[in-house]
Amino acid sequence: MRHQTIEGTHLKWLLCIAVCGALACRTEPSPSTGTTTVQRGSAPANGEVDLPADDGQWVRPAKDFGSTRFSALSEINTTNVKNLRAIGTFSTGALRGHESAPIVVGATMYIITPFPNVVYALDLTKPGFPTKWSYNPKPELASQGVACCDVVNRGLVYDGGKLFFNTLDDHTIALDAASGKPVWDTKVGDINLGETMTMAPLVVKGKVLVGDSGGEMGVRGWLKALDENSGNVVWTAYHTGPDKDVLIGPSFKPFYPKDQGKDLGVSSWPPETWKIGGGTMWGWISYDPEQDLIFYGSANPGPWNPEQRPGDNKWTSTIFARKPETGEAIWAYQLSPHDLHDYDGINEQILVDLPINGQKRKVLIRPERNGYVYVIDRTNGQVLSADPYGFVNASTGVDLKTGALKYNPDKETKVGKVVREICPAAPGMKDWQPSAYSPRTGLLYIPHQNLCMDEEGIQANYIAGTPYVGMNVKMYPGPGGNRGEFEAWNPQTGKQVWAIKEDLPVWSGTVVTAGDVAFYGTMDGWFKAVDARSGTLLWQFKTGSGIIGQPITYKGPDGHQYVAVLSGVGGWAGAIVAGGLDARDSSAAAGFVNAMRDLPEKSTKGGMLYVFGL
Amino acid sequence: MSRRLSNHRVWMLAALIVSGVACEREERRLNEPPPQPPVTFVSQSPLQPGPNVVTDTAEGPFDDNAFGTMQGQQLFTQMNCTGCHANGGGAMGPPLMDDEWIYGSNPNQIFASIAEGRANGMPSWKYKLTNEQIWQLVAYVRSLSGLTPKGARPSRDDHMMVKPAPSQTPNAKPKNTGLPGSSQRP
Repeated sequence: MRHQTIEGTHLKWLLCIAVCGALACRTEPSPSTGTTTVQRGSAPANGEVDLPADDGQWVRPAKDFGSTRFSALSEINTTNVKNLRAIGTFSTGALRGHESAPIVVGATMYIITPFPNVVYALDLTKPGFPTKWSYNPKPELASQGVACCDVVNRGLVYDGGKLFFNTLDDHTIALDAASGKPVWDTKVGDINLGETMTMAPLVVKGKVLVGDSGGEMGVRGWLKALDENSGNVVWTAYHTGPDKDVLIGPSFKPFYPKDQGKDLGVSSWPPETWKIGGGTMWGWISYDPEQDLIFYGSANPGPWNPEQRPGDNKWTSTIFARKPETGEAIWAYQLSPHDLHDYDGINEQILVDLPINGQKRKVLIRPERNGYVYVIDRTNGQVLSADPYGFVNASTGVDLKTGALKYNPDKETKVGKVVREICPAAPGMKDWQPSAYSPRTGLLYIPHQNLCMDEEGIQANYIAGTPYVGMNVKMYPGPGGNRGEFEAWNPQTGKQVWAIKEDLPVWSGTVVTAGDVAFYGTMDGWFKAVDARSGTLLWQFKTGSGIIGQPITYKGPDGHQYVAVLSGVGGWAGAIVAGGLDARDSSAAAGFVNAMRDLPEKSTKGGMLYVFGL
Repeated sequence: MSRRLSNHRVWMLAALIVSGVACEREERRLNEPPPQPPVTFVSQSPLQPGPNVVTDTAEGPFDDNAFGTMQGQQLFTQMNCTGCHANGGGAMGPPLMDDEWIYGSNPNQIFASIAEGRANGMPSWKYKLTNEQIWQLVAYVRSLSGLTPKGARPSRDDHMMVKPAPSQTPNAKPKNTGLPGSSQRP
């Protein structure tokens, strides 16, 4: 993360204040959307801000190593965003959930589809963005049968002339970005054990970091580093089992006593169950070059039925800091020990330096599935704050002295007992959909859901390659009735600044720009631009299908700023449409279908790329 | 010596024949052998060149058997079918309580889908389950969309009520319209 002080920042601020003032004066009603914006507090008063240097490209889904998803481009701003129009579209030919981010390198845009994971290179210099090349990895058809939550892919990544991505049938593939020809192809998992791959790799110091999916299939989760040039596996860090498998060695210094001890990945499980205990890694990785550490979290323990795995179930639902070259763990913090409700720990970690109690701290911000925004000192793993960003009753808070999540015993699931109104529901307050952070506003923009659930534990049997869940689940809207929210959060105060209540879960990613505009999409297909300071809706466009993809913004070959997003409903939330599920069974799609009964009336299937410009 | 032996043999042979005849007269099947899989080929599609020569209308051995259907319901949970098909509404796998069938809805076709597996992600169960168990699953799967006699369908779940009981599910008039991984609903 290179930082650069931009001259004339004061001038820009003055201009911004003038613009904001002018906007506030406008009486023109904002476009009607059936949504409401709630103002709760104020944005932090910032002095000068250093904006990161921005080359206008978007080479990885998270934009930068710190995963801010912030673009320093400002041609599109709060005043002119209303003039945005679609200037290019491209059908992906795929009908399942499109969760990935387009990436832009030079004058080429690259996209990857959900299964069968076809990669397209589009020429941005020519009208209509003709295809330069496409590559179909032809993944094994049967892999669709072991992918828990739609056959999605969360993106590809560019580094050093190559593109890297994962296929659903567990191949990590490197393509030559210019020609689309494969450079290497490494098989790193096995669908017969229930492993699939859906995450976007991160390339750090010549290592392609990849993890597996399959926490609902009794797999043993891992993160692997592959050599960027050869595709050889350099190291594998498992998330359960003995220290040597987890790459825990002498450098490992967890902050809290609860995470200290030998071979906790074995002793915090009933005998042998760590071998099928989940802790996969299908989400996001950040990298801090200054500390030379990667940060990421592991997913839920398996099976969901917690009575079958007494103990803390380390190292599931845990944040790790590791050295990228060797994989050795430096610290770890288990967010949800002995997870009760499928609160995977794979969400994004945003690396920023923030003044906390008057002291500048190197932190990672993590809007967690269990309902809290964690602000963690990334040098040692100390939790500085953890505040709920929605309605939580499954726990009563985080003890900052011990790091413990304080579970509510009333919401503990049991075999043969139906526990009602557990909030948040299994997909958490926020699932994989990544948030964005603007150094200009100091705010975090969090797309998330507002769902609660009933749960009943059932005995799960382990049969390799088949679901290992053991839970009947039925989800429904949380308090207020809105199933989603797009929220601006002040990580310094731990308070919401404004929130846009959305009828459907906000399952898309988001991007925020130096034009103080934040973009996100809804599951009924609206692509929206809102004022990053007030949450006022400034512009919206109805795409062909629901949006669950990650919007990006880039500078085109003509020097102008563009915004791109994939439309195409699906994912766990959209499984009722993507998989054609039957809503008479409220446990369909692990209970998500019950909360999404009306989605088939609001969105149809179909993947399409949209590019917008002024 | 050899002559006396051969005399013995004749007597033994005679005794065997007599006993064999006696058994046939008193035949009683104390243990019912499990039903065997169909020896004929099972078509997934009704399409044949020209008019249909043979239509597969065979019933499943447990279709009208409430106990067998209940056994199928238990297996449906125990073998983790619920993880993919939920309680009939579908999840990773397609729903089973609706009227859309990818690989056919009649008992032989469902038996074949479970035993052989299917290319788009259905695992093959022929080495994990007996034929009898698969036929029980066939009966339960068919009961979910009301394809078996109403009196034999389960009328309640032992768990959280998440769907109408199969005994209350209307007959779904099966259609071969489902596309793998891409059902046409609504």
